[in-house]
Parts: sequence; C-alpha cells; structure tokens
Amino acid sequence: MKLATLATVAVVTAALRVASPAHAQGVEARSRPGTAAAPSDSALEARTTAVAATLRCPVCQGESIQDSPSELAKQMRAVVRDRLRSGETPDQVKAYFVSRYGEWILLEPTMTGLNILLYVLPVVLVIGGLALVAFLVRRWTASNSTPV
Amino acid sequence: MNWKRAFIAVLIGAPLIALFAYGFSRDPAAIPSPLPGHDAPAFALTVFAPGEPPLMRPAGDTIRLADLAGKVSVVNFWASWCGPCRAEHAALSETARHYAGRPAQFIGVLYNDRPAPATRWIAEMGGQSYPAVTDNESRTAIDYGVYGVPETFIVDATGRIAYKHVGPISAEVLRQWIDSLLPKAAAGDTTPRALLR
Repeated sequence: MKLATLATVAVVTAALRVASPAHAQGVEARSRPGTAAAPSDSALEARTTAVAATLRCPVCQGESIQDSPSELAKQMRAVVRDRLRSGETPDQVKAYFVSRYGEWILLEPTMTGLNILLYVLPVVLVIGGLALVAFLVRRWTASNSTPV
Repeated sequence: MNWKRAFIAVLIGAPLIALFAYGFSRDPAAIPSPLPGHDAPAFALTVFAPGEPPLMRPAGDTIRLADLAGKVSVVNFWASWCGPCRAEHAALSETARHYAGRPAQFIGVLYNDRPAPATRWIAEMGGQSYPAVTDNESRTAIDYGVYGVPETFIVDATGRIAYKHVGPISAEVLRQWIDSLLPKAAAGDTTPRALLR
C-alpha cells in the first residue's frame, strides 16, 4: 500500500514536468546563426530570431514567423529586426504585434485571466485522474482480499 | 443504477457537445482584430494606378493617412493573385463613384504583388474609379494586422478605425458604414451593426 502511494507521487511529479508548457517553443533550440558578418549584426540577428520564434505566422498553421518561409512571415521578421535595431525591447516589439493582430499572434498565451486555465487545468486533471485511479485500485484490492 | 449512470453520462457529455458545437461553428483561420475603435495607423503610400476622374490621383503621388482627415476613408487591401478580390471589385469601384464629391475617400493598397500585374488586373476588371497604391515590404499591411486579402478598413473622419471587413465586401455594407459615418447622416437611424448581426 505504501509503495503504491509512493509510485503515485513519483508519477505526478514526472507528469508535472512534462505538462509545463513553457518548453513547447524553446527559443535557444531554434536559433539559427545569422548570415551577417559583423558581430553586432549577428547579435541583432539572434535577438530577432528569439522574438520571431514567439510570434505566430498569420498565414500558416501553428508555425512561428521564424520557421515560416512565407512572404508575410519574412516581412514580419524584417519589422521585428527594424524595431529591435531602433532600440525597442523584445517586449515592446511583441506588444506592437499584439496591438495589430491581437493576442492571437503570441504562440504562447500570456498567463493572465482565463488563460491561466490553460496552464493549470492539465495539471489539475492529471492529478485528479491519478487520484481516481489510486482510489479505484485501492478499493478493488480491498474488496478482493476480504472474501478470502 | 442505470439512471444514475445515464445522468452522469449526460452531465459529462452535454458540456463537451456544447463546446464542440461552439468550436466547429467558428472559422479557425479567422483572427479577431483589436484595431476597430483605435486610431488608424499612419501611412504614406505611392500611387501606381491613378483611378478615374473625378477620384483620380496622378501616379507617383503620395497618399498619406493625414491627408484623409475629415473624410470617411475606405482602405482596401487587395492583390491581382487574389480570387475573392474579383468578387468585390465592382462593389468597391461603383460605391466609390457613388460617393464622389462627398467627404469619402477610397484607396486600394496592393498586398504582396507588383504594379505591372496589378495594373493589368485593373484593366481586365474594366477599370477602377479610385486610386491604388503600393505597400513596400507590406509595412502598412502589417501595421493594419492584415493576414490575407481582401481586407477592408473603414476609417471615420477623425481617423479612427470604425470597422474591419475580412473577405469580399458588398456595396450594402460599404454604404451602411459610410452613411453612418458621414457628418450629415448623423441623424440617420440605420445602424450598420444590425446588418452584421
């Protein structure tokens, strides 16, 4: 019995790690080396890539403007680059796109309002499901052992 | 026991069905625009197709949003490769002509296209009453949150976006909005929203 609860806890903690959505669009994993030669250019290119990877391509299916080869995505990357070059912070650039395309443009929903449900609900459901399974298994083993 | 199970099944099933009914009745490609109610982004775009008198502007002229202050503006994003743009072209061109001489201005912004095929397209469609401009690198289109063509923005005389239309627009919708935004129609009681549900 003790072993079963221990196993449940282990599974829950493992599930929590997997459920964390922050890893879905890792920025560092998809940085592409800039083609520019000057170090300042490659730094700008890396920052452009980081921001572009968080913005949804409006003419694609679930792709960032960094990953999309479409014309509009290319042009949006140019806008990101120009705004960063002019001194805007990555958050300001993202806020610009949100002001034009709505929050839809962000690949990762912000953790505010109803969006929190997106982050919390999967975790709650996994824990609830595991608790239900543990409860049922416990009841099943108990009812099996008593008649004998 | 069976009744209890049926009740639980309904309790779980009904909200799911309602959720799916809502989800499947929506267009997953539609992007809700935050722009209506806000100031229209400024632009300065160069005319490549002059249009026809009395609405014509010479090719090479720059049309700025600021120039349109005091007028109701219809900003239409289009392209010659765009199929649905053919469907709305007559409505736009004729409605623009209908409002000639009144404080209303139509402008066609070319989206991811070149002036040469666009000019041929206009000739093929039997001409266009209002001027068309180029949008270098889609800067203005991105400023307006455009994600496809055709998209049409109706800007009121104070420079505020009153309405965004995705897909081919009809003469009725254009007239409803322009009439409701023109100064002398202030007393009019037709509300365009009613027309759009």
